[in-house]
Amino acid sequence: MGVLENRFPDNVFFSTADSIINWSRKSSLWPETFGIACCAIEMISAGCSRYDLDRFGIVFRASPRQSDVMIIAGTVTKKFAPVVRRLYDQMPEPRWVVAMGTCAISGGVYNTYAVVQGSDLIVPVDVHVPGCPPRPEALMHGLLLLQEKIMGTHVLRKEPEHAAKRA
Amino acid sequence: MIVARPEFCDRIFQHFGDRIADGGAGIDMHSIEVGPEHVVELCRYLKDTPALSFDFLSDLCGVDFYPDSPRFQVVYHLYSLAHGHRLRLKCRLGDPPRAPTVTGVWATANWHERETFDMYGFVFDGHPNFKRIYMWDGFEGYPMRKDFPLRGYKDAYNPYGEEKGKA
Repeated sequence: MGVLENRFPDNVFFSTADSIINWSRKSSLWPETFGIACCAIEMISAGCSRYDLDRFGIVFRASPRQSDVMIIAGTVTKKFAPVVRRLYDQMPEPRWVVAMGTCAISGGVYNTYAVVQGSDLIVPVDVHVPGCPPRPEALMHGLLLLQEKIMGTHVLRKEPEHAAKRA
Repeated sequence: MIVARPEFCDRIFQHFGDRIADGGAGIDMHSIEVGPEHVVELCRYLKDTPALSFDFLSDLCGVDFYPDSPRFQVVYHLYSLAHGHRLRLKCRLGDPPRAPTVTGVWATANWHERETFDMYGFVFDGHPNFKRIYMWDGFEGYPMRKDFPLRGYKDAYNPYGEEKGKA
């Protein structure tokens, strides 16, 4: 939002404006079509007709430049880590990251020389979805949590004091 | 079930005499031991003799016998599409391990030898494109060697790895 971001006091006008902005952001989460390993299969089935992520406004996009969510669905190897970071950097703000599955969260069973021990080490992760792999319901739950998080964001309003101190 | 010694072995021993040794039988195929100085000649003979015609190199891999000496071994698995018979060649190598390339005999050895170099550090003299194949350029060490730590070395992406120099 540029110069308008976090500038204004909490009042009826700006809190209503914020809730409209947040509502529109959370209702059109566009994840990248980006699957690294077996979790991607569950991600795909979450997007298909039985689970149907489209009903939450979650539509997969083929380019990071058109997306605002990155679902890290699989094992991130050290060789692949720069690619994940580059895709994240190519996404326009505001952007969010979901770490899907044990491998993306902590490296999982692959505590080895070749695997990044948690995608937090590369990109800031908003929601962790545990499971190996998580079922589509679990991924949907994670995305709903992300929507909840987005609804609580202060866009035009100033950050509350405890949050400002943290930053 | 141990396989019987195939008849074609006599023919190979007649030709090579004491330059090769009988490696005994496995549960899948018979094996022949050979030194690195004769391995290319033997491979070419096995491929070009019509009665043998081992025209397919189905696998090429390394073995680390640490702390034994000689420490390493390169293993070739051969298959004949025409005759349907198989043969294993074993070649012990010292440290540092060096062997001649067999890319001139079977082109498929190109990637196999790069993989063996990547994982064990075997140097194949005369290889047309000798570099790592799985691990990224700049990766230190050879992960399949027995003295390489399973969790790798400690760095930013791998906080649980072993300290360098400790091992």
